[in-house]
Amino acid sequence: MTEVQTAPVPRRNLELLLVLLALCVGGAAFYLVGSSTEDVDNTDFYVQMSILAGLSLTVHVLLRIFAKYADPVILPITIALNSLGLAMIHRIDLAKGTSQSARQLLWTAIAIVIASVVLWAIKDHRILRRFTYIALLASIVLLLLPLIPGLGVTINGARIWIRMGMFSLQPGELAKITLSIFFAGYLSSNRDLILMAGRKFGPLQLPRLRDMAPMVIAWLLSIGVLVVQRDLGSAILFFGLFIVMIYVATARISWVLIGALMVVAGGVVAGLTMGHVTRRLDVWLNAFDPEIYQATGGSMQIVEGLFGMADGGLFGTGLGAGSPYRVPLANSDMIIASFGEEIGLIGVSAIILLYMLLISRGLRAALGSADTFGKLLAAGLSFTLGLQCIVIIGGVTRLIPLTGLATPFMAAGGSSLLANWVIISLLLLISHNSRRPKTGGVGPTDEFASASTTLTSSTKAVTKK
Amino acid sequence: MNHAIKRVWVALTVLFVICLGGLSYIQFFDAESLSENALNKRELYREFDLPRGAILVDGKPIAESVPTDDGQFEFQRVYNDAETYAHLTGYYSLANGTTQLESQLNDWLTGTSSDLLFDRLSAMFTGTRSEGASVELTIDSQLQKTAFEAIPKGLKATIIVTNPKTGDILAMASKPSYDTNLLAVHSTAKAAENLKEISNIDGLSPYRNPAISNPVTPGSSFKIISTVAALESGKFDMDTPIDNPVSKNYPHTNTPMNNFSEGICARDTRAKLEFIFAQSCNTPFVEISQTVGKDAFTEVAERFGYGQQLSIPQNVVPSEFPSAEASEADMAKMAIGEWENKATPLQMNMVAMAIANDGVIMKPNLIDKVIAPDLRVIEDPKPEKFSTATTPEVAEQLTELMEGPVLRGTAMNARVPGVDFRAKTGTSQRPAAEDGTRMVNSWMTGFAPADDPQVAITVNIQDVDYDTGHNTAGALMKTMLEAVFNK
Repeated sequence: MTEVQTAPVPRRNLELLLVLLALCVGGAAFYLVGSSTEDVDNTDFYVQMSILAGLSLTVHVLLRIFAKYADPVILPITIALNSLGLAMIHRIDLAKGTSQSARQLLWTAIAIVIASVVLWAIKDHRILRRFTYIALLASIVLLLLPLIPGLGVTINGARIWIRMGMFSLQPGELAKITLSIFFAGYLSSNRDLILMAGRKFGPLQLPRLRDMAPMVIAWLLSIGVLVVQRDLGSAILFFGLFIVMIYVATARISWVLIGALMVVAGGVVAGLTMGHVTRRLDVWLNAFDPEIYQATGGSMQIVEGLFGMADGGLFGTGLGAGSPYRVPLANSDMIIASFGEEIGLIGVSAIILLYMLLISRGLRAALGSADTFGKLLAAGLSFTLGLQCIVIIGGVTRLIPLTGLATPFMAAGGSSLLANWVIISLLLLISHNSRRPKTGGVGPTDEFASASTTLTSSTKAVTKK
Repeated sequence: MNHAIKRVWVALTVLFVICLGGLSYIQFFDAESLSENALNKRELYREFDLPRGAILVDGKPIAESVPTDDGQFEFQRVYNDAETYAHLTGYYSLANGTTQLESQLNDWLTGTSSDLLFDRLSAMFTGTRSEGASVELTIDSQLQKTAFEAIPKGLKATIIVTNPKTGDILAMASKPSYDTNLLAVHSTAKAAENLKEISNIDGLSPYRNPAISNPVTPGSSFKIISTVAALESGKFDMDTPIDNPVSKNYPHTNTPMNNFSEGICARDTRAKLEFIFAQSCNTPFVEISQTVGKDAFTEVAERFGYGQQLSIPQNVVPSEFPSAEASEADMAKMAIGEWENKATPLQMNMVAMAIANDGVIMKPNLIDKVIAPDLRVIEDPKPEKFSTATTPEVAEQLTELMEGPVLRGTAMNARVPGVDFRAKTGTSQRPAAEDGTRMVNSWMTGFAPADDPQVAITVNIQDVDYDTGHNTAGALMKTMLEAVFNK
């Protein structure tokens, strides 16, 4: 195993520069969107940009204090994506006369504040390992919350929301963090057990049946989410998360194969027996059938999105000059189509490159992390971000059936924004811990670090075979 | 572990690249076919957000785009005197499509016509919105209004007034009509509901202009063409009497053709064309159709416009003279405007135009000029010849013959003192009404004044009882003559 060598340089000044650049990109988008309408009222622009800039710089300063060796690219990319999203939501607001962007800005503020609190309160991600089983409990509670009568509400056919006063929240979004923590904690403790036991069949080493129990539980959990809450997107996300984390922990491709089989089996059964899944498959395959286009809950949304993106072409219509508002949910599920229309293939490719870069930095933190828990957590969190992007972009481009997952940092929706910002603060902490100079006194969490060193060498022995 | 993490990275990267591939396919490779997809209304949406040119009559808009803040689109198409002009303008609707002139003139009105390329380019560079051109019609607003208001409610009737020297259409009005504004509403649900209501009105289709798209049997008004054919053949002339029996069997059949029972045809069993024409006798046309022959007859009908494509620029449904499949008996029936001989009101107006203009039909036309947003006239159609229907001599003879019906025959009820009007009436059989009333299509087509024709006028009333049809056709013609000549 090659150790990743990172020079112990804080690189906060680079981050500051990139943050300013990201704010410029977002600000320019915001300005263009506002100026394309006839009566230019720039009050919104100045207020919203100032708030965003203030929040961004606050996080930057906090990083200087609490995690000065954190990856310098993660925060700027997040800010760029978040402010582009705000600009597009504002743009749709202008067209439709709604006020989603103010709400989104409020949620951005809440998310950044909570992410900062996480940064300040945790400081070292290894503390989270103590909460492995509490995280499992929290996950289950979060997933069950929407089912409580009076608290949960059904929106667009999915029962994944709870309403508290004027806010509605998707607790499932937070569950992806708690589940990552649980999986990371559980797998880092039981990894060698799972690794050593099992029978070999040719090149595949099959796990023991009882070691598969957690996987089966995760699978059942996903199916449960699908059946009870009718939320296909989250089901895919949770199961994908678990397969990848167990793969990272064991480096055994057999887990992925078993997982893939389970997905296929679950998918076939769901496709055949569950009305809303069958319907979604039908809408996906026959999107251009006029009858399906016109049906309620039919393919109108995705087809209009495709038309919008086709309209945008290579260079786009220009921000504020297209008509993305013709697509239902143009500021949330379909925000990628809105960008595709207005900034073209070139612009939307740039956004996707930002996501790829962000996720690469997250996985880079996982590579550099000295402890198994940190590796697993960073890999899991980065992967959830990536999988969300792929599932929603694939859905919007009709590569796969469209599911209602939020496009990270851009789509309108508070819970997803909050959860993803917390993921960012965790990734920043892990990258800080992996990059900071290893010299000097050991902290109170040293026992984990030394434990992980032993584990890493055992991995080496296994993988070298 | 790091190896696995790297593999996860590779997997995610591959998936992202696939997503990029999907986006490239949609936004580049497949973009054109997506924008041409039948479900794609974006082109239309864009149009609805742009100021569309007006349709003008006497300089005043009968169709215009008015800024609106209904939140859906920036402009609302508004029709003034909607019912009077409904069959001309048609409507511009998101839900129900675009019809009639709104559709035919679309390139001008939206500014996408190639003649407006420069305007579009300059709009692009100056950042202003490109505007469509306005189209001025040849319609005379006074005549159009008179014609529309003269038609009694409940009748299915059309009045056409043209200038035979230029082909300009001065009035083209039909009832029943409808309010085009009801179909131009932006709400698709409301528009669909209104369309359903309008489609339920008897004799009304919002997709058809009755003046040009509904050929029916022309009855005796077709005898103008039959008489031209007779005179051109050289076997008949103005002075030689022709057999005019009260009744005569159709060739090779035992079915008799009768003369018009309420006229005075029975007075003479041999008569000159003048008497036959004025009293609209039928039986001589059996002989005429046999003597002229199928081919010559068909050729004459085609010269007058039968079976020809024509756009004014609304598309005119070609009138039918299906001689190929006609027996001799059928030809005799067609010679008096029955059987499968079917003509639009505009076709019968063109027949009058031909006689009025020395045998030459000028192409009927609704467009006076096209005016760019900067008031430049970008199109100013000149009168165009449609066809030479007959010789000036035969036209002269027909002009003479067409005096008879007005002075002492079937068109007397349209006479206006001081106006030298020439005309031919027509009454074709329709299936009887349920109570046994004899139903007909009533026609009158003619021109005035005889020495220097200013207008050709056609009145057509469909599915009406004989008396109402005959009386109303005359009355409507009279009203129009009075309006044209200020009597």
